[in-house]
Amino acid sequence: MDIPTNLKYTKSHEWVRLEDDGTATIGITRHAQELLGDMVFVEIPQVGRKLKQREECAVVESVKAAADVYAPISGEVIAINPELESAPEKVNEDAFSAWLFKLKPTNAADLDGLLDAAGYQKVLESEAH
Amino acid sequence: MRYGFTFFNFGITPVLKTTPLNQTHRDMNAKMVDFGGWDMPLHYGSQLDEHHKVRSDAGMFDVSHMLAVDIKGETARAFLRQLFANNVDKLTQPGKALYSCMLNPQGGVIDDLIVYFLTESWFRVVVNAGTADKDMAWMQARRDELAPGLEITPRRDLAMIAVQGPNARTKVWQVIAGSQAVTESLKLFHAATFNEYFIARTGYTGEDGFEIILPATGAADFWNALHAAGVAPAGLGARDTLRLEAGMNLYGQDMDETTNPLESGLAWTVDLKSERDFIGKQALLQIPVKQQLIGLLLLDRGVLRSHQKVIARHDDKETAGEITSGGFSPTLNQSIALARLPSQVSAGDEVQVVVRDKMLRAKVVKYPFVRNGKSLI
Repeated sequence: MDIPTNLKYTKSHEWVRLEDDGTATIGITRHAQELLGDMVFVEIPQVGRKLKQREECAVVESVKAAADVYAPISGEVIAINPELESAPEKVNEDAFSAWLFKLKPTNAADLDGLLDAAGYQKVLESEAH
Repeated sequence: MRYGFTFFNFGITPVLKTTPLNQTHRDMNAKMVDFGGWDMPLHYGSQLDEHHKVRSDAGMFDVSHMLAVDIKGETARAFLRQLFANNVDKLTQPGKALYSCMLNPQGGVIDDLIVYFLTESWFRVVVNAGTADKDMAWMQARRDELAPGLEITPRRDLAMIAVQGPNARTKVWQVIAGSQAVTESLKLFHAATFNEYFIARTGYTGEDGFEIILPATGAADFWNALHAAGVAPAGLGARDTLRLEAGMNLYGQDMDETTNPLESGLAWTVDLKSERDFIGKQALLQIPVKQQLIGLLLLDRGVLRSHQKVIARHDDKETAGEITSGGFSPTLNQSIALARLPSQVSAGDEVQVVVRDKMLRAKVVKYPFVRNGKSLI
């Protein structure tokens, strides 16, 4: 499976893109959407909410299952993806561009704990066994 | 990300049972899941597409994990009259089918099933996959008490394929040459035999179609021929959303051994009026019915799931119930559910459902939600 090398990942299948302006964009991985199947509902945290790393902060629901999304890093929510309310299937179509929300990181050290593409690949391989 | 409400086991892979179509599903790139110990297709790409295909055209499901059981002997009818809550005496015409619950003495549901009347000394029962071993043990033990000598034979040598949708029958006729003449006049819940095929006009989707039982050795060829005729493979995911829209109970969710059919929307399948005695009857006559199975339509955004708590208000009192099956309805583009609620609640009422940290509004409705491609809401 192609895992973009410009993103960071968590073991719980979130991706993080660090932007030039210091903010972070968050989504779920292609593997995650594949496990869940057709998305029908996405609940995203409100702008202004302050999240702690690994806090449950969003819910993605497919036809068959609901899954909690964890904050990969601590930060304040500064934007949510307005498209997903009416078109949650965008997550199925391209999980790596259908972002859920953007954070202003509040703890730079959190970023060090994230996985790179090779590290995430290993997580997927270990789950497959 | 972590999964919440789902009855599929992702990740863990114990030794799973397989149907004769296992390799065929894999060849079609099915997403396989552990479904009650069976390695089954969840979907072949998109559960939603498969759902719509069944509502608008034709789809097929491998249901070979379910078990056909042949009951043969002179005492077959007399035995089943006592074993099942519905009355097999309704079966007067060979090929006629009947939906029934099999109850324990407390009135709890051991399983729900379809029984076909073939001849006076041959009935065929189709039971759920997850309960098959338990059902066999129960039927054999009751046979030993009530009808010694009666043959009860599990038929794992057979495969079962459900072909469902408005064009399903036509496609089956294209594939099984000569079968149209024998099956075109079949009414709903009737079956006929044609060569090695046992063809029943039954289903679990709310659409027209056939459920076909055939030798396991011919299953893959038949499946591939249906596919070539334009029938879309559909997985357990679509099967669940289709049956929920159709308002059909799922054993283990909407009823089980701790609930009785009268509180599970299945009173219509229980015959309490005739003189006939059956296992569970005395209990059903004595238990006060305080709950009902009824439909919910979610008014707020979100998705209803099984085990969510429902809060109702009537006569200034608050009462609680629970969703037994919930999900997203692809036809209505809205979330729907079956819920077990106090008998005082009625269609048209508004209730609240506890979904994580929120209270969502839902309208109580009668089900089915969808039949023959059309919304009934």
